[in-house]
Amino acid sequence: MTALPNTMHFAAPVRRRGTISVPTVTLAHGGGGSAMRNLIDDVFVSVFDNPALAPLEDQARFSLAELSRLGDRLAFTTDSYVVDPLFFPGGDIGKLAVCGTINDLAVGGAIPLYLTCSAIIEEGLEVDTLRALAKSMALAAADAGVSIVTGDTKVVHKGTCDKLFLNTAGIGIIREGVNLGADRCRPGDAVLVNGLLGDHGAAILNARGDMALSTAIESDCAALHELIAELLAAAPATRFIRDATRGGLATVLNEAARASGAGIEIWETATPMREEVKAFCEILGLDPLYLANEGKIVCVVPKDEQAAALQSLRGHPLGRGAAIVGHVTGESPGRVVMNTAFGGRRIVDMLVGDQLPRIC
Amino acid sequence: MKYVDEFRNPQKAKALLREIEKLIARIDICRHRPLSLMEVCGGHTHTIFKFGVETMLPDAVELVHGPGCPVCVLPMGRVDDCVALAETPGVIFTTFGDAMRVPGSKKSLLQAKAGGADVRMVYSPLDALKLARLYPEKEIVFFGLGFETTMPSTALTILQAEREGIRNFSLFCNHITIIPTIKAILDSPELQIDGFLGPGHVSMVIGTRPYRFIAEHYKRPLVIAGFEPLDVLQSVWMLLKQIAEGRCEIENQYNRVVPEDANREALAAVNRVYELREFFEWRGLGSIDHSGVRLRAAYARYDAERKFSVPAIRIADPKSCQCGEVLKGVIKPWECKVFGKACTPEKPLGALMVSSEGACAAYYQFGAIPRQKQGTNAA
Ligand code: SF4
Repeated sequence: MTALPNTMHFAAPVRRRGTISVPTVTLAHGGGGSAMRNLIDDVFVSVFDNPALAPLEDQARFSLAELSRLGDRLAFTTDSYVVDPLFFPGGDIGKLAVCGTINDLAVGGAIPLYLTCSAIIEEGLEVDTLRALAKSMALAAADAGVSIVTGDTKVVHKGTCDKLFLNTAGIGIIREGVNLGADRCRPGDAVLVNGLLGDHGAAILNARGDMALSTAIESDCAALHELIAELLAAAPATRFIRDATRGGLATVLNEAARASGAGIEIWETATPMREEVKAFCEILGLDPLYLANEGKIVCVVPKDEQAAALQSLRGHPLGRGAAIVGHVTGESPGRVVMNTAFGGRRIVDMLVGDQLPRIC
Repeated sequence: MKYVDEFRNPQKAKALLREIEKLIARIDICRHRPLSLMEVCGGHTHTIFKFGVETMLPDAVELVHGPGCPVCVLPMGRVDDCVALAETPGVIFTTFGDAMRVPGSKKSLLQAKAGGADVRMVYSPLDALKLARLYPEKEIVFFGLGFETTMPSTALTILQAEREGIRNFSLFCNHITIIPTIKAILDSPELQIDGFLGPGHVSMVIGTRPYRFIAEHYKRPLVIAGFEPLDVLQSVWMLLKQIAEGRCEIENQYNRVVPEDANREALAAVNRVYELREFFEWRGLGSIDHSGVRLRAAYARYDAERKFSVPAIRIADPKSCQCGEVLKGVIKPWECKVFGKACTPEKPLGALMVSSEGACAAYYQFGAIPRQKQGTNAA
C-alpha cells in the first residue's frame, strides 16, 4: 500500500451534504444548480470521502515537496471508459475506471496516488445504479490505496451517450532510477505475462448476451501496481511493461517490436489461456491474442533476470499463472512471429480495425 | 476444444509432412517447378494462414488462394447498392461483420454507419428477422452473401418470414454458386493449377457429385477438404498421392461431414426460393454466367432489389488493381503493384485486402514469413 503525502489538509468549510430522492437522473441534475450539487454530494462525495476532495474546490491541490519525496518524476495519464454493459461478471465500469487508470500509471513504473473522476450520464439512468458504481469506484480506490480527489458530472440528453461514460485521470510518482520503455527491448530478452489471457474481452462479449453461451468467464479486472512494484524490485533491469488492454497481447507485442526495432517470437503453446476462452473465440471467429485484458501485463526483462521476474510474478496473487511466452530476437525487425501449436509459424500483426467496440 | 484438438495434433502433422516429402520425390513435375494447388474456399485460406500451414509445406508445393471468399469477390457496384439501401430512410440494414469494411466506390458500410445509416451486424439471417419482428415500423434488409453454404439459411429465413406473414423484411441477394466459378477459373487461359482443395462447407450442401466434370473434363484432381489444419495437410497429401499415381479423381477428405449426396432438404429450400441469374458480376473475375442467384418472382416482395430502387451501377475495378490475376493464381498477392502500398488492410483498394479470408489481407497480416522465403520484398 502506498503512503499518501499527508499535507493536503485544506480547511474545509463545514456544509451539509445534499441528497437526492428521485429515482432517475434528469437533465436538471446537470444544470449546475442545487440539483447537481445534491447529485454529486449524494452519489460521489459521500463515498469518495478524502481530505483533498472535501473542500470541493474546482481543483485538488498537492504539496510538491511531499510528492517529490516519493520519486523524481510525475506520471500523468487519462482514460475514458465506455464499456457496455455497465456491470459484467468480475467487475463493472466503476472498478474498471479505477483499476485501468491505476494500471496505466503503474506500467510506467509509477506509484499511483490520485485519480479524478468525470461522469457523463445519460438522462434516465437510475440513481441507484450510479450509487452502486460510485461505491465500486470508492472500494477499488481504497483497496489500491489511491484517492479520488476531484471530479465532474455532466448529464446529456437521452440517446446522446449510452447510460454512463466515465473518465479517470491519474497522477503517480516514478521512483528515481526506474526507466521503462518499449524502445528498450533487446534481442535475447524474455517476454512474460502474469496469467491467463483474454478473460476480460470474452466476459464482456458473453455478458452482452449476443452469443447466448453459458460459459462462466469472469473479467480479470484488477489493479496491478503492487505486483509491478514487486516485479521491479525482483528484476530491476526490466525493460518494458504494458497492460494488455484493448488489442490484447498481440497489440502490445507489436508496439514493443516497432518501438525497439527488434523482432519478437512467441510460442502458442506457452501462452496461458483458458480452454473456454479459446473455444469462445473459435465459435466467434476471433483471435484470442487480440482479446482485451484488464488485469494482465506484458513485461520484457533481460535474460539474466527472467527467472527472478517469473518467480516474483508467480509469488503475487494476481500473477499465479505467469509464464514466459517468448523472447525478443534479432530476426524480422519490427515483427511479431508466433510458432503455432500445430507446428507452423505465422506473423501476428497489428489489428487493422474491426476491434470489438466498447470493451472497456 | 477436445474435438478440434484431434485435428490440430502437431505429431500427426509431422508424420503427414514426411509422407508428403516422400510423394514429392515420386512426382516428375516437381523436378522442374513447384506444384500449384488451389484452395477454392476462403475458409481454407484462413486456416492455412492462422496455423502457418504454408510455412510447414516443402517448397515444391505452392498454395494458390482462390476466389472462395464471398466478401472478396463482391463488385464495387454491389457495395454501392448496399450503401444506398442502408441510407434509405426507415431501413435497418443488417449484415455479417466482415462485409462492413468492403470498399464501395464512395464509401463502405462502416462509413455509411458512421454517417448515420442504421447498419447492424448480425450473426445469422434469423437475427435480422428478429429485428423485423421487433421494429414493425422499420424495413429490415438483410445482406445475403456467400456460396451454397449460406444459401439454405437465407432461403429458410425467407420461408419463415412468409409463414409468419412478416412484410417488413427483405433480402439483398448476392449469393453465388461455386461450380460455374471453378469452371471459369479452369477456362482461363493463363491458368496453371495442378489440383484443387474443394470447399468443405459448400459440399455439405451440394454433395460431391457436381465436381466430377473437373476430373473428367479438365483432368484435374480435387479433394474436398475440411477446415482444421490436419484436414488441409491430409488433403494436400491426397492430391499429391493422386498426382504421383497418375490418377485424377474427386476424393472426399471431409467425409466425417460431407456426404456423397446433396443435402436434399437444404437444396429443396434453395430451389424453392432462388433461381439462377443469367450472369453475375465478380470483382476481379468479371461476369460469370449463371454464377449468382436471385429470388424467384413468387418471393418478389422479399427481394430488396425489387422493393427499393437500388442504383445497380456497374463500376469497373480500379486500373491498378490486380485482384483478378491473384484470384486465378497468375500472380502472388505480393506481386501486385499496389500490394502494401496503395492497397493495405487499413485502406483496401482491392477486395482481397478486405476480409481476413482474402489472400492479400492474409499475406499482409500473417504472411511475411513465406514472402521472405520466396525472396521478395517483405512489407
Ligand atoms: S494488393 Fe490489393 S489491388 Fe492488388 S490484388 Fe491484392 S487486393 Fe487486389
